[in-house]
Amino acid sequence: MSEGAPWAALHIRHLRKTYKDVVAVDDLDLDVPAGECFGLLGPNGAGKTTTIEICEGLTTADSGLVEVLGLQWDRHAQELRQRLGIQLQETQLSEKLTVLETLRLFRSFYRQGPEPAEVIALVQLDEKRNARVGGLSGGQKQRLALACALVGDPDFLFLDEPTTGLDPQARRQLWELIERFKLAGRTILLTTHYMDEAERLCDRVGIMDHGKVIALGTPRELVASLGAEHVVEFSAGDAAGALDLAALSRLEGVRGVCPENGTVLLRVGELHQAVPALLGELTRQGVALTELRTHSATLEDVFVGLTGRHLRDE
Amino acid sequence: MSEVAPNPTAPVRTPPPRGSALARHPLAQLTLVRFLEFLREPEALFWVFIFPVLLAAGLGLAFRNRPPDVLKIAAVTPHLAAALKQEKLLDVQWLSVAAAERALREGKVALVATPDPRILRGDASGLSGETPGAVHELEGVVYEYDDTNPEGRTARMLADRAIQRSAGRVDVVESNDRMLREPGSRYIDFLIPGLLGMNLMGSAIWGMGFTIVDSRRKKLMKRLVATPMPRHYYLLSFALSRLLLLVAEVGVLVGFGALVFHVPLRGSLVDLGALCVLGSMSFGAIGLLIASRVQTIEAASGIMNLVMMPMWIVSGVFFSAQRFPDLLQPVIKVLPLTAIIDALRANMLQGAGFAQLAPQMAILGCWMVACFTLALRIFRWR
Repeated sequence: MSEGAPWAALHIRHLRKTYKDVVAVDDLDLDVPAGECFGLLGPNGAGKTTTIEICEGLTTADSGLVEVLGLQWDRHAQELRQRLGIQLQETQLSEKLTVLETLRLFRSFYRQGPEPAEVIALVQLDEKRNARVGGLSGGQKQRLALACALVGDPDFLFLDEPTTGLDPQARRQLWELIERFKLAGRTILLTTHYMDEAERLCDRVGIMDHGKVIALGTPRELVASLGAEHVVEFSAGDAAGALDLAALSRLEGVRGVCPENGTVLLRVGELHQAVPALLGELTRQGVALTELRTHSATLEDVFVGLTGRHLRDE
Repeated sequence: MSEVAPNPTAPVRTPPPRGSALARHPLAQLTLVRFLEFLREPEALFWVFIFPVLLAAGLGLAFRNRPPDVLKIAAVTPHLAAALKQEKLLDVQWLSVAAAERALREGKVALVATPDPRILRGDASGLSGETPGAVHELEGVVYEYDDTNPEGRTARMLADRAIQRSAGRVDVVESNDRMLREPGSRYIDFLIPGLLGMNLMGSAIWGMGFTIVDSRRKKLMKRLVATPMPRHYYLLSFALSRLLLLVAEVGVLVGFGALVFHVPLRGSLVDLGALCVLGSMSFGAIGLLIASRVQTIEAASGIMNLVMMPMWIVSGVFFSAQRFPDLLQPVIKVLPLTAIIDALRANMLQGAGFAQLAPQMAILGCWMVACFTLALRIFRWR
């Protein structure tokens, strides 16, 4: 890599992939320095999985350059497979095998790596080591999938939606495991459509929509780019249709107004200025509040601010 | 980041040398996994090991060779009955005329023997005191039977022979019988190689097709392809686990046939084993071809049945393939199931060696090479 420090574990230029007439990835550029945990955040169908599968060598790009650990898939496939740890979105491991048997199988493919038992301990499945995979809970299966990704002692870990479909406790447990792997200094690329997951785990985040990265930075930078620390959300019941939104956007401290089915989102700088001003304005307009909430701005708000849609909208 | 070395979660770089190199080999692991997956599937165990034995046992019992049938007939006079009882193949009852007629109509007896009314009219009371030996008094006999029924015709011949002999007829030419009932020509002898062939086909095609399609459907294949696993090991593991299972599969059925029904094993057992391996690999290649692109279990099952069903019928599992019209014979002959069953029968029942089985083995070899080559070319790894 000639671009100097930090050494890029992933280097993507002008990546393009279309399926029939759908453009999945559209002229994507991306660099992930070694040791970073990078998150691709975006709604379903944004092109996250296509991008990560191209990086994993499972899908071939139509055009563009992809270098993983300084290597390219068309020339160094076998070397790359040795050095990448991969978790796919929807793999169902064989239900008839035990946890230990599954990991022994995966371990046998790699020239180096920890003993299966060590990885089992790492993902906290000791009690389940001789249990059939079919009997594991969703969170345990996901931890086993992570263990399969770690058993080859990878330099680069790819996680595609690692916590989708898990309950909150199982998600937190998985996050802790991923954080520990980060501490070991390995590079991680993960995709998610949970903004809290990206905020918690990722050093940097790329927000993807329609095959492009539309925003890139640390979670803090992205939230700051809204120019608003907080979001005020209110409903006005049946009177919502009569609201004068233009007047709301002129209120002190309000940076943006975004109406959405029955409720209105205001991005604001200072709550103590914006909330009294809002209440005064609503009284002036003769609109009665039915609901009022505030929260600190999140990546979700960034996405809404950029696209006008929510991450989990289909 | 070696600074965080005390962190117990950091994966260790060098593997401690534990477990033999063979057990850690990816091919050994893949084969073991195949094997375990099969053993832990109770239904598969049933269909591969128990079902063929049950089928063989059921059909073997149903079509077992019985001792020659003893025909039931009736006689309306005691001395007629006594004369007929000299024939061991007849079970003779002495009945009244009315009872005998009814038994004949109801099919309980195949024939009724009565004295000829023209000769012995009104003589019944005089005969009642006769001893059974007084056959010479008998002047004529009428046989009542259904001449469209083979049993009736046989009974007629046997009864007449007994009557004529007891009346003093002597055979002009001396004749003797030699009974042929040796193992090798019974239905069960025909059936066991047929079932073995059918089993080889079913377990190879199902084992290959189902497992591959299932692992593709569950994205497990995609996950394996993302590892450094050499892809030919994946396919080779199917062949190896198949060979391991084959020993048990063939052993159970052939052993059952030999021990319970004394089905002969006239050919070399090594040849028999080699034939089974060749057959299994050919069917495995067909299974691989079926599974090479299919994405769903339903589609795969449909194709598998479409491929196997015609062969179950025409390839001579349960009855000879010769029963089909001559026009179809060339087609039937080149089917893999016909080839393996013909070869197995020739080996087991006639003791044929490889030289005589060359045509069948060539057919199987062609199927194997053609299907395997094509399957590899179109195989979808994800």
